Amino acid sequence: MLRLQAVGAVINMMTTALRSRKSLYFYIVVIAIAFAYSVNSVSTVAVAASSITFGLPLAMAAMVGIMCERTGVVNIGIEGTLLTSAFFGFFVAALSQNLIWGLLAAIASGAVTGLLLALLTVSWKMDQIIAGTIVNILATGLTSFFYKQGYSLPAIFPRWSIPGLSDIPFLGRVFFQSGPITYFGLILIFVLYVAMYHTAWGLRTRAIGEYPSSAETSGISVKKFKYINVVIAGAFGGLTGAYLTLELVGSFDRGFSAGKGFTALAIMIFGRWNPIGALLAAIFFGFAQALANQLMIDGLVAIPGPFINMLPYVLTIVVLAFSAGKVRGPAAAGQPYEREQA
Amino acid sequence: MATLLQVKNVTKSFGSVIANNDISFEVAEGEIVALLGENGAGKSTLVKSVFGLVRPDQGEIFIDGNQMAPGDTAAVIASGVGMVHQHFKLVPVMSVTENIILGDEPKNGLFVNVKKAEQKVRELSEKFGLEVDPTANIEDLPVGTQQRVEILKALSKDVRLLIFDEPTAVLTPQETDELILVIKNLAHLGVGVIVITHKLREVMALADRVVVLRDGKVVGTTTPKETNEAGLAQMMVGRSVVLEVEKGVANPGKPVLTVKGLEVFDDRNLRAVKGVDLEVRSGEIFGIAGVEGNGQRELVEAICGMRLRAKGEVLVSGAATKDMHPHAVHEAGVSHIPEDREKHGLVSSYSISDNLILNQFDQAPFARGWFRNMGEIRKNADLLVKKFDIRTTSPAALASSLSGGNKQKVVIARELSQDLQVLIAAQPTRGVDVGSIEFIHKQLISARDNGAGVLLVSAELDEIISLSDRIAVMSAGKIVAIIDSKGADRDYIGRLMAGLDK
Ligand SMILES: Nc1ncnc2c1ncn2[C@@H]1O[C@H](COP(=O)(O)OP(=O)(O)OP(=O)(O)O)[C@@H](O)[C@H]1O
Ligand SMILES: [Mg+2]
Repeated sequence: MLRLQAVGAVINMMTTALRSRKSLYFYIVVIAIAFAYSVNSVSTVAVAASSITFGLPLAMAAMVGIMCERTGVVNIGIEGTLLTSAFFGFFVAALSQNLIWGLLAAIASGAVTGLLLALLTVSWKMDQIIAGTIVNILATGLTSFFYKQGYSLPAIFPRWSIPGLSDIPFLGRVFFQSGPITYFGLILIFVLYVAMYHTAWGLRTRAIGEYPSSAETSGISVKKFKYINVVIAGAFGGLTGAYLTLELVGSFDRGFSAGKGFTALAIMIFGRWNPIGALLAAIFFGFAQALANQLMIDGLVAIPGPFINMLPYVLTIVVLAFSAGKVRGPAAAGQPYEREQA
Repeated sequence: MATLLQVKNVTKSFGSVIANNDISFEVAEGEIVALLGENGAGKSTLVKSVFGLVRPDQGEIFIDGNQMAPGDTAAVIASGVGMVHQHFKLVPVMSVTENIILGDEPKNGLFVNVKKAEQKVRELSEKFGLEVDPTANIEDLPVGTQQRVEILKALSKDVRLLIFDEPTAVLTPQETDELILVIKNLAHLGVGVIVITHKLREVMALADRVVVLRDGKVVGTTTPKETNEAGLAQMMVGRSVVLEVEKGVANPGKPVLTVKGLEVFDDRNLRAVKGVDLEVRSGEIFGIAGVEGNGQRELVEAICGMRLRAKGEVLVSGAATKDMHPHAVHEAGVSHIPEDREKHGLVSSYSISDNLILNQFDQAPFARGWFRNMGEIRKNADLLVKKFDIRTTSPAALASSLSGGNKQKVVIARELSQDLQVLIAAQPTRGVDVGSIEFIHKQLISARDNGAGVLLVSAELDEIISLSDRIAVMSAGKIVAIIDSKGADRDYIGRLMAGLDK
């Protein structure tokens, strides 16, 4: 019964999406891919697959921002969460020679950074930007200080080919030959979307992010909600950190997260604080990077490497410059909430 | 009847202000208790303590004989208490239904059952005669409709005790009468009711018992049978209050505000003002009567440069004013007391003294070149706080700490203390106590007598009739009649407002 409803909700969502004006963009993208595929199938598949690979961590990190800001807490500490969890994920996995322990450690340490942020902003009512900066500085400092060279992972998470689905041309290679965290992360993004717009939790969360006293006067504990959401978001950030080190790269270095936590904030804004919107925005970012890479590999254009590496940051600036003033986030994000003003 | 609510010796202070000082009172099943008191007397604070939104410093609160943990709103709601808040607790970007179900969502497995909720809202709305569109977004609704949503939200649960904090401030007379009936019916069914209102007529019509607060203390308890409106006013203010408006004859001069062929669209892009022409002369009060939502808000906003004028023009003393430039319109000599003081009148997170110079901060004497002149700003604040009797601990306090009526006084003090040719007053006495209404009315009349043209928009027909020199009746976006207020017939105007007579 429940499963049916979930499926119903997803189908409903997809059909309305197909009927909307946005569907035009969808068809354009499909046609463009089909055209590129007919011209050069190998490169097209490679670009599409890398778009997901590059985009997914950004999308997952953006979910951290969305969950927090929707509850009224601006989280600029995502970068610190990614760094901390990648660090713990890597070293726990390396020391125990067990990827699962690493994964759990990454998630737990991510949740702890969330707890720290919640403590600073919700209980101590510290300015949220300063609190996020504290998380980032602590993460950078501690992970650099305790970093040791000479450790390595037993392996990275293997790719799982989903029987049947992975044989579909194009789609199979792009979506159904990925690692476990990729599948899990993608599913969680859709779950978050459905939860945000179709469950009581989502309704309450959004109400708190817009106007906390509306929730408080409805008998909802704003403080409790903020704590729970910020900690869950931290855990989600931890999963992202685990993806980066245990599934994608397989190693850890100082400053490993390389600004992804900040790019994620741009993606959150670009995606209008909507999980699916942010996923699409992240795939777009991933696509830009994958395309540039592929063009270089194919020798079609001679872009110097540093420029390709610059791409996500340049895109971030462009996106933020264009969306500034046009999009509106949760109204109460960034404001400390004082109960007695209710 | 059994006692439902018992408040025992509740004390609450904010800094040095004692908002509630050792207050005790009771509400029995089926009883309607009116809380009466001046702005800042502590009424809202008291009911917020009951509802668990404010944690009293001392005292106990019992519901059905069970002591409530201080500050536990969820438990209070669970024991069957509903509250309509003075300042709306609605999320602007969400729908009517979403706002009503928030905190008690009907579910279908894991998911919120929006269809069922909308159906329920529709039924409630029908049952209580409070018309709303369940799918509309709150931010698109006029305040009167938002108030209905608040009321429906409180009624949507099975309540045993209902608290109304100024529910009628933004309702039309008809809606108010309906609400009075609803409340009486509920009381008949055994629901206990606490009503806070500044309208003495409602107190007389509704209350079984009246508890009067002054400066945070209970100064008396009475019943409508034992007293009358004047008696109630005297009890709450501590002096006798003139309830009728006293004004001399008007000396109208040249037109100061001219509106020609104005057409304006509302937030939903519907034509709300459909070609309005009017002329306000200096030295007169020009009232606009009308049921709320007939284009008055859009008209006022367009005149003030806050909303696009699709067609037509607005002239101040003969000179055309710039569209969409509120500051330029203000510079031309138009002062504006906005209908929504929270949104357009004040910056809650600024101090009272800054709020008192909001639209003059860059002008002498409040600015010297690039710098603010703090001495003058403070002096101005001290003066106005005194002159307008704004009840606060200090002008440096944040505007958000003021009681509702005192916020209104800040806006009025600012707008009336400037050089003005035109004063636009939209619902100027909404939520203000009788003593202050008397004061504000005097201020409007003295602005008139000093040569300003006053455009008064009010949902209170009595206020329009007693203050205005000429009355325009607005209905469905048009001015359907302009009549002299001398000998104006209340019923005739009422029929025009409803669009019955032509
Ligand atoms: N959060 C707060 N911080 C500081 N002072 C406050 C706060 N809330 C209320 N006060 C003060 O407590 C006093 C009582 O306020 P309250 O809102 O209870 O008045 P009220 O009787 O409801 O007035 P009104 O009729 O204007 O709504 C006022 O002096 C107000 O300034
Ligand atoms: Mg009040």
